[in-house]
Amino acid sequence: MIYLTRRATFSASHYYWNPAWTSEKNEQVFGRCANRNGHGHNYTLEVTVAGETDPVTGFVVDLKGLKEIMEREVLAAWDHRHLNLDTPEFAVAIPTTENLAIAAWKRLEPAVTAAGGARLNRVRVYETPEIFAEFRGEA
Amino acid sequence: MRAYFGRRYTISASHRLHTDALSAEENRTTYGKCNNPHGHGHNYGLEVVVAGAVNPETGMVVDMAALDEVVRSRVVDRFDHANLNLDPLFVNLVPTTENLSRVVFALLKEALPAGELERVRVEETENNFFECEGE
Repeated sequence: MIYLTRRATFSASHYYWNPAWTSEKNEQVFGRCANRNGHGHNYTLEVTVAGETDPVTGFVVDLKGLKEIMEREVLAAWDHRHLNLDTPEFAVAIPTTENLAIAAWKRLEPAVTAAGGARLNRVRVYETPEIFAEFRGEA
Repeated sequence: MRAYFGRRYTISASHRLHTDALSAEENRTTYGKCNNPHGHGHNYGLEVVVAGAVNPETGMVVDMAALDEVVRSRVVDRFDHANLNLDPLFVNLVPTTENLSRVVFALLKEALPAGELERVRVEETENNFFECEGE
């Protein structure tokens, strides 16, 4: 089994807010991230697929095809957007890095599977160089 | 759903790789420059990965500020700008980065504010790193 990883970057804004809580509790739990005017990050999306190398091409997956899937399924929806206001998955869910990793997985998994040859193994989203979250498709 | 939260920290520390179990010549052969008598230092990169269910109320595996406080108080304050060889944990343990990753894992394992410790990765330089998953 070979694991192949491709990176892409996107820039987006967000805020953290749970509407079931008071303003005080939101500010206590989420700190500066609860500022309703939002703020932004340069995110890095890291997508890992797993599979066997094709005996003819030596590829696990066609990298150009994987890039197109990442751009179509994730970047087209999230890059230069406000995650809370512009994306359906974060109309309710809070756009934490954990939830971004899960949402990116859900966007990518059907297309990666349909492309054949490799399975989606891991999605990692960096909010800053020091903060990341991963999802591996576990329940 | 189970997800993983990762956070990076830096620690600047000195160490000398040397064991009394080997002769001076064997230490020199085994550890090379790292055996120089007065030690040397690194800017270590520390990566801590916490696994757990995403809390539906917060969208988080672990509260980052609470994790930062645990890592700062138990690991960074202890080793940053210190000589690893002089720490009680390394009195009988060579402060290789392998051993540092195990020591950090043990210091954090029971102290996390939420989730389980999945992995500790310590980067000694940009070109070498060591990971401990508690096995």
